[in-house]
Amino acid sequence: MSQAIVVTSGKGGVGKTTTTANLGVALALGGSKVVVVDADIGLRNLDVVMGLENRIVYDLVDVVEGYCRLRQALIKDKRVDGLYLLPAAQTKDKNAVNPDQMRDLITALKEEHDYILVDCPAGIEQGFRNAISGADRAIIVTTPEVSAVRDADRITGLLEASGFEKPELIINRIKPRMVARGDMMDIPDIIDILAIDLLGVVPEDDYIVVSTNRGEPAVMSDTSRAGQAYRNIARRIKGEEVPFMDISEKETIWSRLRRLVRRN
Amino acid sequence: MFNWFRGKTKTKDVAKDRLRVVLMQDRLSLSQGLMEEIKDEVIMAISKYVEIDRPGIEFTWKETDRKRALVANIPVISIKRGANSNDRVTQRSY
Repeated sequence: MSQAIVVTSGKGGVGKTTTTANLGVALALGGSKVVVVDADIGLRNLDVVMGLENRIVYDLVDVVEGYCRLRQALIKDKRVDGLYLLPAAQTKDKNAVNPDQMRDLITALKEEHDYILVDCPAGIEQGFRNAISGADRAIIVTTPEVSAVRDADRITGLLEASGFEKPELIINRIKPRMVARGDMMDIPDIIDILAIDLLGVVPEDDYIVVSTNRGEPAVMSDTSRAGQAYRNIARRIKGEEVPFMDISEKETIWSRLRRLVRRN
Repeated sequence: MFNWFRGKTKTKDVAKDRLRVVLMQDRLSLSQGLMEEIKDEVIMAISKYVEIDRPGIEFTWKETDRKRALVANIPVISIKRGANSNDRVTQRSY
């Protein structure tokens, strides 16, 4: 049975697009038929993160407005079997689409794909309403910062009010060293505050910048820690039980000394 | 800087405490001012019937999971004359 999953966050810049791209690639590498949908109309970015920006002919708004057929707008990723991108329009604004149209689009995509991942724009307005309509499941991405956690809570409330019973949380960009010295909220702290189910934890990883530079999502690399985390999350989405990655870092006598020296 | 040996408050705990307060307000869409108003009106309503120990009043939001309750602990000193004398209550929390 196909499943449509919206990736959302409230706050911008926490890694929704990176998460959507990586989960899409990881699910497709695992043998599923996947389409990633960029619902951020007017500010499209999923195409560049996926490295498919040069192949766009039609976009989501063209499909909705009937300028092309759905199949014509889907871009096939040649590197990964069974992976497609439906790009957002770059020149229109978010009012070019309404929630009913999005729901119809998702329903049509479900006919030929196992997973439809929708990259939601930041904010809680029309773009958010569009992105969540038609989704069966919602993932909330946050980082261990006060502002991102606050917005994640607001989004949780809005999702619950829209009928999503159990939104799931991904904590992104966690820095083990800062957690170890008590300067960054840890996983249990955030779960305790937000009171929602944890789907995964992604450690901060410089490789994400490299992978975005190249247009190759980190899950395509065997050595990236973030890539490994996203592969685990993809397996959990499919219902597998995968233990959470150990991101803890023990404080050594040297790191403690370094810290004491730096503080003064 | 001066508390090498005392240990400093971890900033993550500061973050957690601040978030707890701000989320409670966000979730309720309630400001501290409105909370005070509710408190005053509740006290006024109860004082019509019983004499209460004003300084001992506790008024808090309690949160479990994603549900919240308004918990008022109002110590009663005595039942006012004219109130129903079948209530043998001297102290009760509402």
